[in-house]
Amino acid sequence: MTETLQANLISLEEKLNEIDSQISKFKQISADEGIKLNEVVEILERRKLQLLDELDAWQKTLIARHKDRPLACDYINGIFTNFTPMCGDRHIMDDHAIVAGMAYLEGRPVVIVAQDKGRTTEEKVLRNFGMPHPEGYRKALRVMKFAEKFNRPIITFIDTPGAYPGIEAEERGQALAIAENLREMSQLAVPIIAVVIGEGGSGGALALSIADRILMLKYSIYSVISPEGCASILFRDAGKAPLAAAALKLTADDLYGFAIIDQIINEPAGGSHRDPKSTIENVKAALISNLDDLCRVDKNELLNGRYKKFRNMGVFCSFDN
Amino acid sequence: MGWFSKLLVPDREKSKVPQGLWEKCPGCQRVIYKKDLEKNLWVCAQCGYHFKISARDRIDSLVEPGSFKEMNSNIGSLDPLEFTDTEKYCDRYKKARDKSKMNDACLTGTAMLGKNKAAIAVMDFFFMGGSMGAALGEKITLMTEFATENRLPLIIVSTSGGARMQEGIFSLMQMAKTSAALARHAKAGLMFISVLVDPTTGGVTASYSMLGDIIIAEPNALICFAGPRVIEQTIRQKLPEGFQRSEFLLKHGIIDMVVPRSEMHDKLEFILDFINSGERAVE
Repeated sequence: MTETLQANLISLEEKLNEIDSQISKFKQISADEGIKLNEVVEILERRKLQLLDELDAWQKTLIARHKDRPLACDYINGIFTNFTPMCGDRHIMDDHAIVAGMAYLEGRPVVIVAQDKGRTTEEKVLRNFGMPHPEGYRKALRVMKFAEKFNRPIITFIDTPGAYPGIEAEERGQALAIAENLREMSQLAVPIIAVVIGEGGSGGALALSIADRILMLKYSIYSVISPEGCASILFRDAGKAPLAAAALKLTADDLYGFAIIDQIINEPAGGSHRDPKSTIENVKAALISNLDDLCRVDKNELLNGRYKKFRNMGVFCSFDN
Repeated sequence: MGWFSKLLVPDREKSKVPQGLWEKCPGCQRVIYKKDLEKNLWVCAQCGYHFKISARDRIDSLVEPGSFKEMNSNIGSLDPLEFTDTEKYCDRYKKARDKSKMNDACLTGTAMLGKNKAAIAVMDFFFMGGSMGAALGEKITLMTEFATENRLPLIIVSTSGGARMQEGIFSLMQMAKTSAALARHAKAGLMFISVLVDPTTGGVTASYSMLGDIIIAEPNALICFAGPRVIEQTIRQKLPEGFQRSEFLLKHGIIDMVVPRSEMHDKLEFILDFINSGERAVE
């Protein structure tokens, strides 16, 4: 089933590749023969954008999960200097689904906490496909408290299918670890920026996202449940994931419209995997400008602002009875 | 989160055989005279099975008679996603309201326990599986803020299938909102007692339910982040007997105590007496 759902994206990628190769062919001919073919190229570029405009929530979900999509470590390496990892929750183990440490952003010291899914098979296993155990959330919190103690801003990268659902995770308090992060992050007296770079999977993503600014890449998703999970529970058929994806309104555009997120970071046509470098540059620019804003804010104002931000999330009514 | 649909049929409806005067106990299969069950707070006298009960029945069993003063009862959910699955969310929601005579899945207000006044929120599993949407999150948050402003201890009785998927991202954000309000309540040095009853799962467990200074569970309640079926599908293994039940959480150090329904009032009163009475260790 996943394969047929996946085919959707492959056909899109094929179309994009075809247009791209046509564009470069025309450009070549234009250069070789000295003929102006600008109009043809423009038409093709427009066709490409049209194709992307029509991307539905499910296609965006597939792009968010694309195997070549840049991972947290790509952003860390591409944006920061002197990244120095910090390890462990000081109790049980070091959870590699969470990458955390000290780094410099254009000379400014910052603390990074990120979810990384892993690229190669070995990395994927090591990082548990980006699904943290409770130890991962406790490691994250420990590092964030370190940031607060030494007055360093925190930048988190969100990319997880969700917190790991397993026996040990439950035994060691997965729910507790997430809940404590939500409570503690709401009180950390340093600026926090969260960037959703791929999948924002439910509570497992939220546990690193109680931030002053929430940014999302154009083709990333953020949702209370995966489309597959929602489809199998509410639509009683996991194959209806595309329908569920649309119903959940989980795209960056949707969430910006709901005022849940603060900014959409642009990606190249078709997704960041088609040009990782420009995406990484876009993220870097967004981080710098948001950090500039936040570092000017007084601490009480920062904390009150963060409280209000989440306090106002939710649409409800008052009945007459 | 949200795997609760299978649990949505309340126990009392599942056991259709004895109608009216009788109930079948899902624990020991015995048929029990309904009046006896009611007298026993809906706990089977034979096997100790705790039936699910409504928020109103729960409040009656917990606080001093007549002391509950409801607040914010008018708050209800909207349908910002215009969500439709096999049914429109707004229709499903209206049915739940009509059936329960409640506006959402919890009641909030103040009440007395012995001599102690407390802010209290009690969830109701019969209302859409106790799922947490924006109305529920708002009510819990308002009650927590009220407790902080009036320097009151807070008691929340949780029972929930998790976040309400039909409200999408808004339901997820209620976890953040309620936890932030509790952070302020805690910072003010106030007591929060979290009571967990069968079942407490998903987004509710992973937010306010786990943030109590004291966490108490009813016996044999399912308390988890990920539901057993999700875990079984992930690890492809049968789960051990008693996994994710109250006693399992007690053994693993996640909760403070397991207290049967008949003793819950006295236990809560004892804890509130303890923090409200006597000398301070340090002035």
